[in-house]
Amino acid sequence: MKKIIHFIQDNKLFVLGIAIVLFFLLLAAFPGIFTNYDPDAINARDMLQGPSAVHWFGTDNYGRDLYTRVVYATRIDLYIGIGAMIIPFILGTALGLISGYYGGKLDSMIMRIVDIFMAFPYMVLAIAIVAITKAGINALFISMWLVGWKEYTRLVRSETIVVKQQEYVEAAKVLGYGDFRIIIRNVLPNVLSSSIVYGASDIVMCMLSGAAMSYLGLGVQAPMSEWGAIISEGKTYLSQAWWITLFPGLFLMIAGLGFSLIGDGLSDLLRAKRR
Amino acid sequence: MDVINYIIKRILQMIPVFIIVTIVIFFMIRMIPGDPAAVMLGSKASPEAIASMREKMGLNQPMWTQFLIFLKDLFHFDLGTSVKYNQSVSSLVASRFLVTAALTAVSTVFSVIISFILGYVGGMKKDKWQDQIIRFASLFGLSAPTFWIGLLLLTVFAVNLHLFPVSGWGDTPLDHIRGLILPGITQALGVSAVMIRNLRNNVIEIKGSDYVEFAKSKGLKNSVISSRHILRNALIPTTTLLALKIAYMLGGSVVIESVFSLPGLGALLVNSINARDYAVVQGVVLTFVIMVMVINLLTDIIYSILDPRVKLS
Repeated sequence: MKKIIHFIQDNKLFVLGIAIVLFFLLLAAFPGIFTNYDPDAINARDMLQGPSAVHWFGTDNYGRDLYTRVVYATRIDLYIGIGAMIIPFILGTALGLISGYYGGKLDSMIMRIVDIFMAFPYMVLAIAIVAITKAGINALFISMWLVGWKEYTRLVRSETIVVKQQEYVEAAKVLGYGDFRIIIRNVLPNVLSSSIVYGASDIVMCMLSGAAMSYLGLGVQAPMSEWGAIISEGKTYLSQAWWITLFPGLFLMIAGLGFSLIGDGLSDLLRAKRR
Repeated sequence: MDVINYIIKRILQMIPVFIIVTIVIFFMIRMIPGDPAAVMLGSKASPEAIASMREKMGLNQPMWTQFLIFLKDLFHFDLGTSVKYNQSVSSLVASRFLVTAALTAVSTVFSVIISFILGYVGGMKKDKWQDQIIRFASLFGLSAPTFWIGLLLLTVFAVNLHLFPVSGWGDTPLDHIRGLILPGITQALGVSAVMIRNLRNNVIEIKGSDYVEFAKSKGLKNSVISSRHILRNALIPTTTLLALKIAYMLGGSVVIESVFSLPGLGALLVNSINARDYAVVQGVVLTFVIMVMVINLLTDIIYSILDPRVKLS
């Protein structure tokens, strides 16, 4: 118990980040316990009302309760953030391991593919891929998977090259262990931490760019509620109903803050451990 | 002499990547489902019109012939014709290029001002109240969506306070600059958070280094140490990061131009995708790629000049 209190005191921001993320996971899992309204219930009489005791975040142009819509949107936004990050995390890390461990022709081939993907600006490539498929959540995932893997590969590759030269890897080779076993047992545990730290901040990037794509009309489609899509709907009523724009953005920012704090906390802990 | 050799080598390395990227773009655009001619002409078009359109667009040729024609045209800076605007893609891109380039330039200037000052102050005043505030603010900057910040700034400063135009680009150079201030600040806020952190950590590291201690013991003035030893060295990695962020902001212009209704390349890309104007999509993506490559090349060159430790090999 004392240890736990000590840990919290030493890592206040890290713990705050975990608390924020847990809160949003709770919103995503059980939106129904946080609100009594139906997110899609249209109510023409209550159109574009400002925030009040009845409607905490006001209502939109269909008279729908904005607080409820924002709460229900949490699930889809976290799904995009985590879902868009997890595949590149696995794929990019694996390619980085292979590239760094084997070197030679395989390495230069993988790095040239990285170069090609690096030549496209992030949003431009994502938008072009959405254009090929059909705007929607599947296209969003495919585009973000294709865009996101290369940073993991670059990161893991450079760390693998360092780890590969360590004595324990050399020793494992002398003992005659196979490459696959060495990569999984000896190299991966030593390069995974930096990949995870980057992954925490990558979730924020994925949530933000997923929301941006939906804002442009290229991601999540109406009537599904997603924070970026709600902001896009609010844009038309910006001068008369600022609340439609303000609140989903605040949620997005605070959720992102939670993941950023976790990323920072993890990297501090790892640095302390290495010393 | 070394520098020139290095530049030539870097340009030669870029050529194969550029060729492959061109191939990727060509085939990517042709993977878009549906008959481009039919989609472009709309659902009311007659089969004859569609057939003649296909002929005009060269869609009846085999794929590899189409690709050779594309390459030949590209060599003459001919990117095809836009169906929506009925104008050559190269002139369309040229007219929009200036807006995006100006937006990125203004954003870069704001990012440099914001992040260089705050990052330096944060590092020099480590753990004092200035540093605490700057760190707290940049945490928010990291996780706030840029299009949302843009909309908020637009509401406060353009719609309510009338300090800036609500949308568009205006007619005179002065209008242009006024129209770019809010979008530029918006882009800069998102990018600065990362750069502030980077510069702050560099300053802290260098402040504690041996050669700064040595300079102090030599009795050099604090102002000389700060500017010549600390700031200069701390800026080298941040400059590299800035270049990466410029490339990122080029892509971000797609979103910012849509928020502020600026007639740039990003807005053109989104409109062309919605209108299925494939020749334009292809031309704009290619232009973005060239811009990123040029920026990356310039970064490497500047970096090699700033930091003599980089081996020019």
